[in-house]
Amino acid sequence: MSTALATVDAFNSFLQQELTKDLLRFTTAGSVDDGKSTLIGRLLHDAKGVYEDQLASVKKSKVNRSNGLIDFSLLTDGLRAEREQGITIDVAYRYFATARRRFIIADTPGHEQYTRNMATGASTANLAIILVDATKGLLPQTRRHSYIASLLGIPNVVAAINKMDLVDYCEDVFSRLSDDFQELAAQLGIASAICIPVSATEGDNIVDASTKTPWYEGPTLLEYLETVPVREAATIESLRFPVQLVIRPDSTFRGFAGQIVEGRVRVGDPIVALPSGKSTSVRSIVTFDGNLDSAGQGESVTLELDDEIDISRGDMLVSPLRQPTTSAVFVATLVWMSEKPLVVGQSYLAKHTTRSVKARVTGVRHRVNVNTLAHESAGTLDMNSIAVVDVETSHPLLFDLYEQSRSTGSFILIDPISNATVAAAMILEDDSESTSPARHLDSRGADSSRPVTAVEKFERHGHGPAMFLLPGAAIEAAERALFAEGFETIVLRGDSLRQGHFFYVFDLLYSAGFVILAGAEALDAEVRRELQQERAERTVFDVSSGADEVSSNELISRVLINARSLRLGTHAEKGE
Amino acid sequence: MSHITTAEVENRDGADAGLLASAVYAGRLSHLRKLEAESIYIVREAVAEFSHPVMMYSIGKDSSVMLRLAQKAFHPGKIPFPLLHIDTSYKFPEMIAFRDAYAKEVGAQLIVHRNEEALQAGANPFALGTQKCCGLLKTKSLLDALADGGFNAALGGARRDEEKSRAKERIYSFRDAHGQWDPKNQRPELWNLFNSRIDKSESIRVFPLSNWTELDVWLYILAENIPIVPLYYAKEREVVLRNGSLVVIHDRSELQFGEEPRLVKCRMRSLGCVPCTGAIRSEADTLPKIIEEMISFRRSERENRAIDHDEEGSMEMKKREGYF
Repeated sequence: MSTALATVDAFNSFLQQELTKDLLRFTTAGSVDDGKSTLIGRLLHDAKGVYEDQLASVKKSKVNRSNGLIDFSLLTDGLRAEREQGITIDVAYRYFATARRRFIIADTPGHEQYTRNMATGASTANLAIILVDATKGLLPQTRRHSYIASLLGIPNVVAAINKMDLVDYCEDVFSRLSDDFQELAAQLGIASAICIPVSATEGDNIVDASTKTPWYEGPTLLEYLETVPVREAATIESLRFPVQLVIRPDSTFRGFAGQIVEGRVRVGDPIVALPSGKSTSVRSIVTFDGNLDSAGQGESVTLELDDEIDISRGDMLVSPLRQPTTSAVFVATLVWMSEKPLVVGQSYLAKHTTRSVKARVTGVRHRVNVNTLAHESAGTLDMNSIAVVDVETSHPLLFDLYEQSRSTGSFILIDPISNATVAAAMILEDDSESTSPARHLDSRGADSSRPVTAVEKFERHGHGPAMFLLPGAAIEAAERALFAEGFETIVLRGDSLRQGHFFYVFDLLYSAGFVILAGAEALDAEVRRELQQERAERTVFDVSSGADEVSSNELISRVLINARSLRLGTHAEKGE
Repeated sequence: MSHITTAEVENRDGADAGLLASAVYAGRLSHLRKLEAESIYIVREAVAEFSHPVMMYSIGKDSSVMLRLAQKAFHPGKIPFPLLHIDTSYKFPEMIAFRDAYAKEVGAQLIVHRNEEALQAGANPFALGTQKCCGLLKTKSLLDALADGGFNAALGGARRDEEKSRAKERIYSFRDAHGQWDPKNQRPELWNLFNSRIDKSESIRVFPLSNWTELDVWLYILAENIPIVPLYYAKEREVVLRNGSLVVIHDRSELQFGEEPRLVKCRMRSLGCVPCTGAIRSEADTLPKIIEEMISFRRSERENRAIDHDEEGSMEMKKREGYF
């Protein structure tokens, strides 16, 4: 009886331990011959993460590239092409756990053409292991891998100085490489960097301390992985809640579903909905398991708000104290991932949090040579290039800088024709104030003297041109609402409305692609007739008739509904 | 929580649910809570971004977890997509009974699809080999069902730790107009930004459980009190030993020449078709015992499913053709 009870207790405490373990995601980088797959295979094997039957199927496999009894790299190289060529061609995810912690490994290939894979693996990692071959020392690849780890904001980097068996476990070799690596890490601004002497094939200092490196007093690789504090790449303490969808099962419930990507939310907290800027507070935090008093970073919840505000997917609920930047122009670091090079000025889709907008790279400031870290000039970007670029979007993004928040500082670019993911981007600085039209001309280069077309203007503005005739009293509010939605607006006043002047100004602004607003009552009858007849091919919305009978909110919403159609107009013409 | 099914009444023992719940929901996010939140995010993204999503429901433990995550993702709303079961007709009868009862309990719409043409032509793994049989009854049937329903996103319960080629698959796995996977031409997937752009007749397979391990799934089932098919629990069943696997015999007509069934206490580690899914000898008749067993003998759950063993890389080949 007592034994049975003891067993139940022991098992419950085991379960408790399993259920409360934390999670460390790490990535590994190394070149083809650094023995990276072997190292991971060894880690999985020695940490008892390899299931016996998988081991058995490796033992009977026809290919064995290692001289030892078991080729550990076969445990991780999953695809046929990889097994045949003996290289790792894509990111593979591996899972293992120890009594202390649970791990997810993003195993990424290290050769030059696959920079994009390492960036992919690094994007979700809290820690990076970089393989260094003790017989070769720090190579250009080491610099590249460390740079990508720092670029993607990984807070902890471990250099595993591998193949120590081939340098007779020489302390001097390790010290020299360790110094070199620390220097590199400092140069890259990596928060925490350590070096561990290992031999993946022999198992030295992977799980158990090696007797062959008595001079080394630091942790083994696994000890380090088990004990290093799990640090998020970066975090601001303020609420960021990108809305994924609106949950409205019936008329009594309207909640906003999403994941808290930064900060914390409590019932009663004041919040601001962006981009509208409207303020309200949190009525309840709803989950399947019951309502919560508060919820923190990483949790997927549904928020009910105190006021009925128009909020939809792509909007963000944020802390009023520290709000993200709202801007459609900014500087970002791009990792180009497509075989098709970047076309400056071409329209791509940007996916940022839950928001998708059109985006263009307006200029390349410099490309980074990933081996030397030197800045080079570039007019375009090829696969695996990394560069600092100017970006402009059709609608403002709600962002923090990447160094402050991985979630709200990152986005991807998608080619709208092939649908391929072509770039990963990290926002480097907000550029809304320093941007002037003149600088855009400069950054786009004087390489082309061809005239700017209406289609190009459409792409720049994200909408086609139009004229709105409104009651004079509604003009300011209408312009503000249009402007907030990203429209390029201009109001015609005074002299420019006079007959004789009007069409000169109108044609000019219309061809520039603007949304033009004018007070209907200020236009004389002749001008209005000409607008209807002579310029029937132009887009003119007259929302002034019957305006007396509707509220100003209703009027503004009519303006917005009409204006939104301008985002589609040229689409159709282009046959997209 | 919800109703307790027969399976649970029979099989749950003294594991203290309160203790487990408090452990899971302790202030700091445990790995299990992180995985749960990530999966809910993925399920919601799929619903927000695709016009016609569907959830693959295979009746197994992973499907049960996925279904619970879907309930959580849209609470207090209903699950906003149908469940799709590809029925090969060779499934265990316990699975079908469980499926019908549970879908009803959850209140989800259930679509069952069979490749009737192939079945009428007599498709079975003995005559065709597992590769061809799966191709007709699972892959072809799945592709037909997706096309029939006009589904452009199919949520599946596959985990990357199951098998080597799965380890390289994206959370949003792009499939061409023929449902095929091209492992060398996958979209890079960074942060949690999924590319949902597809052209007409292309589709995305969405894998919310990508980062879960088998142990995570069991721990979650225990902590969340999720009903599962009774076949997972050990009990005495009639079996024969066939090609090194224990095959459960439901009817003497399934016996091959010279076979004599024996009563063995055994259970299933994963659920598939009767002819291709082996049982393991086991005493684990409760969830905690199953978890204990998992940890004490580490043998990958797919070991007893013949389909992965036909040929080195067989799962990769199936997936290239459109298999989940």
